[in-house]
Amino acid sequence: MANLNINIGNLQLKNPVMTASGTFGYGIEYADFIDLSRIGGIFVKGTTIHERQGNPYPRMAETPSGMLNAVGLQNKGVDYFIEHIYPAIKDIDTNIIVNVSGSTVDEYIETAEKLNSLEKIPAIELNISCPNIKEGGMAFGTSCPAAAQVVKQVRRAYKNTLIVKLSPNVTDITEIARVVENEGADAVSLINTLLAMAINAESRKPILSTITGGLSGPAVKPIALRMVWQVAHSVRIPIIGLGGIMNATDAIEFMLAGASAIQIGTANFIDPTISVKLVDGINEYLSRHGFKSVSDIVGALDIS
Amino acid sequence: MSKFILDLIVIENRKLTDQYVLLILKSPEKLPEILPGQFAQVRVDGSSTTFLRRPISIHYIDYEKNELWFLIQVIGDGTYRLSQLKAGEFLNVILPLGNHFSVPKDYKASLLLIGGGCGVAPLLYLGANLKRRGFEVNFLLGARSATDILQKSEYDRYGNVYITTEDGSMGERGFVTAHSLLKSSNFDYIYTCGPTPMMKAVAAYAAKIKAICEVSLENTMACGIGACLCCVTDSTEGHVCVCTEGPVFNITKLKWQI
Ligand SMILES: Cc1cc2nc3c(=O)[nH]c(=O)nc-3n(C[C@H](O)[C@H](O)[C@H](O)COP(=O)(O)OP(=O)(O)OC[C@H]3O[C@@H](n4cnc5c(N)ncnc54)[C@H](O)[C@@H]3O)c2cc1C
Ligand SMILES: Cc1cc2nc3c(=O)[nH]c(=O)nc-3n(C[C@H](O)[C@H](O)[C@H](O)COP(=O)(O)O)c2cc1C
Ligand code: FES
Repeated sequence: MANLNINIGNLQLKNPVMTASGTFGYGIEYADFIDLSRIGGIFVKGTTIHERQGNPYPRMAETPSGMLNAVGLQNKGVDYFIEHIYPAIKDIDTNIIVNVSGSTVDEYIETAEKLNSLEKIPAIELNISCPNIKEGGMAFGTSCPAAAQVVKQVRRAYKNTLIVKLSPNVTDITEIARVVENEGADAVSLINTLLAMAINAESRKPILSTITGGLSGPAVKPIALRMVWQVAHSVRIPIIGLGGIMNATDAIEFMLAGASAIQIGTANFIDPTISVKLVDGINEYLSRHGFKSVSDIVGALDIS
Repeated sequence: MSKFILDLIVIENRKLTDQYVLLILKSPEKLPEILPGQFAQVRVDGSSTTFLRRPISIHYIDYEKNELWFLIQVIGDGTYRLSQLKAGEFLNVILPLGNHFSVPKDYKASLLLIGGGCGVAPLLYLGANLKRRGFEVNFLLGARSATDILQKSEYDRYGNVYITTEDGSMGERGFVTAHSLLKSSNFDYIYTCGPTPMMKAVAAYAAKIKAICEVSLENTMACGIGACLCCVTDSTEGHVCVCTEGPVFNITKLKWQI
């Protein structure tokens, strides 16, 4: 068996397979299907300072190779998370990482500060890329000055590993990645969903209540892969790659492009056991190709 | 209740009408306890446009034979593929999902199960279960015409069956809520599943006669297990997931204008 350990900042992963925010609930939703301790980490649902009801139904549209969502960060707020959810998940033997979102810089800071005190939360993922909320969210991730400001402030307020999740809805993702690195992020994760749209021709209406939403699933994989590759050549901090991963081969492609670890999102809906299958699949790939450690394939793309 | 991922074997695919099939499936492992109103997330293989699983109600369960029935209405390519399954093929399902219809505390309570279109599906298993518990069951089934009244002989086994068709080709003519039974009898519990306008009309009738009313919603879903928050309905407690807090809701919990 190859060595699957990977470090992201101070975050120690038993393997590079983690689950993406908003697609894996708080982890417990999947406990009937897999042994959660077998995966490297769980990125829990987007969390905000106050409770949010999210957008009206319908919030989902299907495409032949993916889906659009417009959930809009429905969650009960960070205090509820700390009091009611954290106690139930803190002893799961894997890294639990909270995905943090906000409408203002202060909201991001306040939420991050509250999470500082939680012993079993080794990292947060700053979501500056949610396309589904009216204020904040993606606005922070699509402008360099705004991204710089929010990352700088949260960096001051938050002690543990800070991961910043990038939006693909920009002309040049490497600019944002560099800004985020300069302001002290320990790692970047990419990509969040791509701004997209779905229409019902029969009713002549948009399918989503918000008209536009975020596209995920295999449809976005080639774009995500390209962005990981570009960012890998622009920053020194570790990259967590995601977007459309459906199997171990997809995951390995992200690592070859430069990702130190990966997240699996939409695919969990089709196969709730997919995350552990990725762990096994990556391991099988490493032994088949004679690699001793998974870190050997990070950025190992052969472009000769 | 623990959830399971199972590969069921198709025993029979019975074509009921141009639009409906009955799938009889067998589980290689012993079927877990599944309650009336619960559903499965069914993986659709071999469709180039169907990416997500499809939620399908439990139509009936025969624990002795370890068999499970799905009633499928062809709507788009996903349900079309399900309608084309052949005996011997496998169907991957996640189950049991969601909550369930409640059982009245008073076994003398008078019950009415109202279904329209494919919404009749969960009512067969519900009726069978209630009858086994000693209740007298009344079904009121509505459809466009006689050919769309599905599986009537199955419903006959568990209770009195009343029928309305829009063209009057079977039972009384009109919508379910116009059936004379509703004028002549009183009910303590009403369970309903079908098109939303029908369920709203039923809910309004239930409110008028002060019956307890449970409706089963069919929101579109991605995960089916409470992880994605795509399937919400507005309730007195805000947005709640139909796949975990439902699909069955007491009408007082929903924000329907009735
Ligand atoms: C809890 C639950 C139980 C169900 N039980 C059954 C059952 O027992 N038998 C059965 O046949 N079906 C049942 N359904 C409905 C079934 O899941 C859908 O008909 C199916 O997903 C349609 O898939 P498709 O690929 O055939 O059609 P698609 O190609 O997905 O859809 C075709 C068209 O119908 C519209 N549409 C599809 N589903 C819905 C919806 N839920 N609400 C509004 N518009 C919609 C789409 O927008 C599209 O325009 C149930 C649904 C739920 C949520
Ligand atoms: C239903 C749904 C909800 C999501 N919610 C969040 C969220 O709260 N925060 C976030 O950063 N990303 C969220 N995402 C984006 C995913 O984490 C991920 O970035 C994206 O789906 C691409 O990966 P995938 O193709 O593997 O799903 C959500 C995605 C989906 C499908
Ligand atoms: S379908 Fe995902 S939460 Fe209900």
